[in-house]
This record gives sequence, C-alpha cells and structure tokens, in this order.
Amino acid sequence: MADLSVKVAGVTFNNPLIAASGTFGFGREYSEFYPLEKLGGISCKGITPTRRDGNPPPRIAETPSGILNAVGLQNPGVDAFIRDDLPWLKQQNTVVIANIAGNTPEEYCLMAEKLSATDVDMIEMNISCPNVKNGGVQFGTSCESVGAITAAVRRHCTKPLVVKLSPNVADIASIAKAAEASGADALSMINTLTGMRIDINSRRPIIRNNTGGLSGAAIFPVAVRMVWQAANAVDIPIIGMGGISTWEDAAEMLMAGATALQIGTVLFSDPYAPIKINEGLNSFLDKNGITSVTELTATVQPW
Amino acid sequence: MKYDVRQLMLLDNSQIAEDIFDMRLKLDAPDLSVCCGQFAHVYVPGKTLRRPISVCDASDGVLRLVYQIKGEGTAIMAKMQPGQTVDVLLPLGHGFDIDPNKRYCLICGGIGVPPMLYTAKQCAEPLVITGFRSESLVILQDDLKAAGAETLLCTDDGTAGQKGFVTDLLRERIDEIDEVCACGPTPMLRAVADVCRQAGKPCQISLEERMGCGVGACLVCAVKVRENGEELMKHVCKDGPVFNAEEVVF
Repeated sequence: MADLSVKVAGVTFNNPLIAASGTFGFGREYSEFYPLEKLGGISCKGITPTRRDGNPPPRIAETPSGILNAVGLQNPGVDAFIRDDLPWLKQQNTVVIANIAGNTPEEYCLMAEKLSATDVDMIEMNISCPNVKNGGVQFGTSCESVGAITAAVRRHCTKPLVVKLSPNVADIASIAKAAEASGADALSMINTLTGMRIDINSRRPIIRNNTGGLSGAAIFPVAVRMVWQAANAVDIPIIGMGGISTWEDAAEMLMAGATALQIGTVLFSDPYAPIKINEGLNSFLDKNGITSVTELTATVQPW
Repeated sequence: MKYDVRQLMLLDNSQIAEDIFDMRLKLDAPDLSVCCGQFAHVYVPGKTLRRPISVCDASDGVLRLVYQIKGEGTAIMAKMQPGQTVDVLLPLGHGFDIDPNKRYCLICGGIGVPPMLYTAKQCAEPLVITGFRSESLVILQDDLKAAGAETLLCTDDGTAGQKGFVTDLLRERIDEIDEVCACGPTPMLRAVADVCRQAGKPCQISLEERMGCGVGACLVCAVKVRENGEELMKHVCKDGPVFNAEEVVF
C-alpha cells in the first residue's frame, strides 16, 4: 500500500482525488453513494456574494467524449453556504475547498474575507467561469487582470489561496506566473473550454446560453499540455484537472506536473470513479515500487 | 447508502412501435423499492452522460424501461442484447404521490405514457387517457387495461382511437375524478394544468429536462418554480421529475 497523501499549500489531502467544483454540489448527494472521507477533498460549487438562480435550461449538451454546460453559477450565496452547508461538510473528514466567483474584485474580496473567518481549508478563486455575463473569465484572460485580482484577494484571504485558471488563453505560462507573483499559494487548472453545439433541425444552439464550457475526456490532452506548461513556469503546486477519467489519466496528469487532481465530469457516468482511480493509482505505485504518489509529480521526461 | 449503481441482466429489448423499444431487466434486488414516476439513469457505453428513462414497471422482479430512440445514446441502448448486463443507477427522483382513497385520471402523451403503467398499478381503478400523434406510435394499451385501468385513446390524426387531444377527453370526465397525474410534452402538460386549475382539481406533472448527474449535484436540469410567492430553480432529477402543477412556472 503506497502512501497516497499529498500536500498542497500546507494542507494535507488523504489522497490526490478532489471532487471538482460544479459537479459535486456541496457533497450531500454523493455522500449517499460513499463516505466523502474516501475523497482527498471537495471543491464546492462556486459561490457568489448573494444567491444566483443560474441560466435558463437547457444547461447541458453531450459532445464527443465530453459535455458542454452552462449552469451559470446557480448557488445559495456565501452566507447560506457558511450557515447551511459548511458545518456539515466539515464533519465529513475530508478537505473542504470553497470556490468563489464574483462580478467585481470587491465581491471576490468580500467572500474571501467572510470565508477566511470560517474553518474552510482552502479558497479556490474561480476567475475562469465562461458562463456568466459579468466577471468570471474576464478576470482570467490577461496577466494584468489575473495579477490584479489575485493581489487584491490575497490581502483579504488568510486561507491558502488557489487560483483556478482558464484554458481560454494564448499563453498559460505567463498567466500562471502572474498568479504566483501576486500571491497565489497554488493553481488549479484547467476550467472548461468554451464551446457550442447546434441542433440542425431547429437551428438553435442546444444550450440556452448559446455557448457553454466543454469538459470531459475530450479536453484531457489540452489539460495535460497546459498543466505541463504551467508547471514548468511556476514553483507553486498545481491541482490538475480536465477530463481525468481513469487512473492512467490521473498518473499522466501527475507526471505532467500536478500535485493533486480534481475530477468532475466522469462522475456523471460513474459516481465511484474517484475510488476506482485511487485503487488504480495505488496498484500502479506498488507494482513500480514507488512508496508515495508524490514521487510521480512532474516526472515526465520530455523529448 | 441511498444510491447504488446496479448491473442488471437484460431479459428483452424488443421494438414495440416506431422507434420505441421495451427493455426488460431482471430486478433481483429485494432491498429496492421503486415508486411510480421515478426514473432509472442508464449507462450507455461510450457516452459521457447516462440516459434518464422513466420506470414503466417494476413489478414481479422485472424492471421495464420503455424508451424512444431520440439520439445516439438511445440508439446504442436499442442495440443492447438479452444476456448482457446493463449498468443502471436507480431509483432516482421524486415520483407521483398516490393516495389509495382517491380516484385518479392519469393523462399522458407519446413517450410520456410508459411511466403511467406502474402508476396505474398503484391506483384504484384509474382512468388513463393516452394520446399519440399517430397509430404507428401507440403503445401499452393492453398493459394498461390489464392493470385494471379504464383506458381511453386518442390520436392527433384520428388513425387510432378518437381524433383529438387528451385534454378534450379530460374535460369530459374531470368531474368524476379527484386528482390528475400527467406526463408528456410541455404544451400538453400546460393544457392539462389549465383544465385542472379551472376545475379546481389537484394536478401532478412529470417534467423532462436535459440531465447530468441525475442526483441533484450538478444542477443542470433546472425548472423554474414558485414557492411561497418567490420564483426559484428546482431540479428535475432530485426535486422532480414530478412536481405539483401549481408550482411550475411554464
């Protein structure tokens, strides 16, 4: 039995598998499948300063080896999260990451301050949501805006701060450096890639928001490439995600440079995927005489 | 644990009407209690999303899923062979609430008809009104009659049963029933809800929306409802698929 625990920004995870924000709610539903302590952690549904009802449906469309979604950050608001969900989450014996998404820098700062006064383990700053009109990805696509918002939130955040990056950029390495230089303790990447599907009979986009975020196995090679590029550019740890579906994918993402992993879309076909991935990783490590999963991180040997 | 993924043996998967198939799975799970109006989330090899299919019947150790080929996923389902196992997450969602002391009208259209078979089995002598576009799409008439339901049939083009809409028949009979349960296309549900409101009869409707996780975590299958005078989003997979018609904002 290899050691599957990993450490990101001073926080220890029992294993590297974290449920990805937006696919797992606040954990209650999936706790009806298995105890949440089997996960390394949970990145909660993105929260905003006040309740949001999200976009009108349809909010999802299947694509080859993936899905498009445009939920539009439906959530009960930061205060309701702290009051109704956090106490329960903290009893689940897993790392709790609050994911925040604002319309303005001030909103991010306000939420970071409120959450810093709670016992959440980490704060993940989502500057990469493609499905809302204001905020979201607009903060995440230039080095200047990433640097500015990271620095601002850093001043209000006493928790380990993870900046979640968008893949919808030309130069991910520079963006990663900007986040690091402005005080990020870790990066998580990649969020979804913006995509679109059209019903050829009605000539309407399938998703009511017209465009949505592409996730699932389809984006995995893009995610591996971007994590690798970012890992080569920064010294802070990276939580890798984007289409991880099997333990082989997980090993690949770790080798590309990730220290921990998030998985999301695969849960919709197999709710037990994180448990199976951990088992597969463990066997792989044992078979290769590797004692700790951390030994896989950034071990790719590029040509 | 409330949820589990089960590997069920496929017993039969026959075509029963144009693009409509009748999948029967061995349900050897005495621990499992399926309510009428709930659904099964079927894993389709090679697809990222499961397919939510309403439970047509769950009696006598057989789970029956009657589904229509609508796209790639259901086309793969239609090719599944007896003897193979099917990966099913069930039972999911909130189904119809049936009071054994009430007389029900179950009103359904097209591929909204299947869940009404299991529902009819939970009701005392229900009236079932079924509607289809045309004769080639008519399903489950004999099953509904065998379940003890008075079964009425209408088609849009008059090729089977009475020509017209299900709401025409509902208006004629609404005085003799206590409550209505409906499943079918949204315009039909809206019309049924209107008839019930005018007649002062309670009405439960089963809704459909493009779905992800199936358990209420991913929030994609949103439906707007009115609760205590306030509009908010609920979700077909967990809060529904059956809602009180009065709360749904069409």
